[in-house]
Amino acid sequence: MELLLAVTIGILVATSVYMMLDRNVLRFLFGLVLLSNAVNLVIFAAGRLTVGAPPLIADGAYAPDGPIANALPQALVLTAIVIGFGLLAFALALVYRTYMSLGTVNSDEMRIAEPEEAKK
Amino acid sequence: MQSLILTTTTRLLVALLLVFSVYALLRGHNLPGGGFIGGLIGATAFILYTIAASVDEAQRALRVDPANMAMLGVGVAGLAGLSAGLAGQPFFTGQWFFLFASEGNEGIPISSVLFFDIGVYMAVFGGILTLVFALEQEI
Amino acid sequence: MSWLLVYPIVIPMMTAVASYLFRKSPAGRWISLAGTTLLLFASCLLMSDVLDQGVIAAQMSNWDAPFGITLVADLLSGVMVVITAITGLATVVYSFGEIPKRLEQLGFHALLQVLLVGVCGAFLTGDLFNLYVWFEVMLIASFGLLVLGGSREQLDGGIKYVTLNLISTIMFLTGIGLLYGITGTLNMADLHLAVREVENTGLLTAIAVMFMVAFGVKAAMFPLFFWLPASYHTPPVAVSAIFAGLLTKVGVYSLMRTFTLIFDQDIAFTHSILLWLAVITMITGVLGAAAMNDFRRILSFHIISQIGYMILGLALYTPLGLMGAVFYLVHHIIVKANLFFVAGVAKRIAGSTELSRIGGLYAHAPVLAFLFLIPAFSLAGFPPLSGFWAKFIVVKAALDLDMWVVAGIGLAVGLLTIFSMTKIWGAAFWPDHPDGIKPRLSDIPMGHRMALMLPIVALAALTCIIGLFPEPFVQFAERAAGQLLDPSVYIQTVLGVQP
Repeated sequence: MELLLAVTIGILVATSVYMMLDRNVLRFLFGLVLLSNAVNLVIFAAGRLTVGAPPLIADGAYAPDGPIANALPQALVLTAIVIGFGLLAFALALVYRTYMSLGTVNSDEMRIAEPEEAKK
Repeated sequence: MQSLILTTTTRLLVALLLVFSVYALLRGHNLPGGGFIGGLIGATAFILYTIAASVDEAQRALRVDPANMAMLGVGVAGLAGLSAGLAGQPFFTGQWFFLFASEGNEGIPISSVLFFDIGVYMAVFGGILTLVFALEQEI
Repeated sequence: MSWLLVYPIVIPMMTAVASYLFRKSPAGRWISLAGTTLLLFASCLLMSDVLDQGVIAAQMSNWDAPFGITLVADLLSGVMVVITAITGLATVVYSFGEIPKRLEQLGFHALLQVLLVGVCGAFLTGDLFNLYVWFEVMLIASFGLLVLGGSREQLDGGIKYVTLNLISTIMFLTGIGLLYGITGTLNMADLHLAVREVENTGLLTAIAVMFMVAFGVKAAMFPLFFWLPASYHTPPVAVSAIFAGLLTKVGVYSLMRTFTLIFDQDIAFTHSILLWLAVITMITGVLGAAAMNDFRRILSFHIISQIGYMILGLALYTPLGLMGAVFYLVHHIIVKANLFFVAGVAKRIAGSTELSRIGGLYAHAPVLAFLFLIPAFSLAGFPPLSGFWAKFIVVKAALDLDMWVVAGIGLAVGLLTIFSMTKIWGAAFWPDHPDGIKPRLSDIPMGHRMALMLPIVALAALTCIIGLFPEPFVQFAERAAGQLLDPSVYIQTVLGVQP
């Protein structure tokens, strides 16, 4: 199971790096989405995988009965997903605004803030 | 885009989703649910309405500015955390009191955690809608 | 449990809420001002407590460390929070004179306060994942501030800022995940103990480098700094100033925290990477500045070169080196924010920040010229200003380790800094304005002039005070560095046990 997850993460990272090398900012952003999902899986895998043992405590008991899944990485992943969602939504809106305003999504052509040395 | 099926079902679904979102919010302390997921469900209702009608219609139905609502939610959540200070306990410690409690009946439990969740609900609801309205308006 | 640790986070948060709800009326900005003043007051209280007790900690929600989230303030965190409040207050006052109503109505003050929440939270937290959350709070507010108003320049700079910072964020998160995987804890004090029991030290070093990259992007360290000169000169000056003062320093602070408390296993490897990166950062920054022809872009590149000095202090990893880094951190925030403020006033009266298109400031606005010289000389390291002592300590620390090359480069970079300050002086202040304009301070309406000049004067005075009476500040930095090198008190306060 760990191996499968590791291979999946590897494929995700490889794909995202490929996309992030593109000049098109939108493709870059999609690569970033993939990468953030890969990282979420890393956190999930870091908490060790246990099959079919939800972290629930029975009524009246103070501790779970037997080994359970690690709940902390799940909480971390959830937080990371939420934050990642917010940031990426913002980034997407920003790319859209930039496209509307500058008329390009090619990062090579984005030279407004840093113009090439003007010929005097 | 006008779709008869979408507009008709939306009328039903919006009310249902809103009620369900409150249900999810309230059961959240002990069972799956809570402010975050409740807020998402509630926001879905208005997003659906936005798609079926328009941003202006949805904004009119919502009445308040979603961004204001989101910030207010943060404020409510923060105040819920601060309430622990009145009891002399660390920040964000849950405070509990029981309405109509009597002998043998623990009454209705009300906690600062609930208010925190309501704050989260408002923040998520308002935040998502702000974003969706802004994107819908531009495209 | 000390509530003093909570106030620097809660006060700006509540101020953000209130100033957002009142963003359409003038009340919003006054709420922002009152909230920031309160923040300064609260942070001073916190500081005096920390000075008394050394380290204070608070467990959120009554969950004991390492299971809950801990807020901790040692001397370094304490002073950083105070400086944050000072810079925040200066920025709010300055924004009264600069930020147009349109941006205020879009929620400028609320975003600024959220930024302060994130920065204060990052300084105070004792939990690695919580640090990530505060970074994100800070980041999202800075995204908003950077593109607020949405001019073409801002959007262009914003794209680069956002994308590169998102990569650093993801890197940080990966590091956290892997570190949790091998140690099973995320409390920083607990991590200090846990990493000592890790057998796979190679993996630990790999994670350390991951954190180095993540924080290196935030701190604008070579070769990860490209987002900074691309974006910092585009937003309104008040925003540039607080970014320049605070944001990169949160990265430096995080480097200092993690590379003293957690990753002190393989110092020969990690800290020598830091050392050489610091040296190259210094050189690249100052050379970049020499090539620029815009007031604010020169200053942006100087941030990078100064970051090099701070990381150098950390990389030397001696009491003197860390002491220099702490001193540098404090001095730099004040000076850098102030220089940006001056650039803003120059733009206001002379019409531009491009050096070839302004001039005459010395003849017509001598007060501004004088107020420029104080932070400029301090940045370059002239005695008796604060920058002299900061550079002196760092270079001395390098010399003590017989690192002649490093010390020499440190001095040479100081010299080059003077060169680009002279360039600004020689183009903006000395010659006449190319369009024949007479840039006078009295051209600015009285109310705005007060708002713009007050922070500049106050920060310049602070620079002079630190420069003329460095003794208490140096002693303080020494104590703070001592705490960083020997975290036993920190750990004991957080975990409540003897390490």
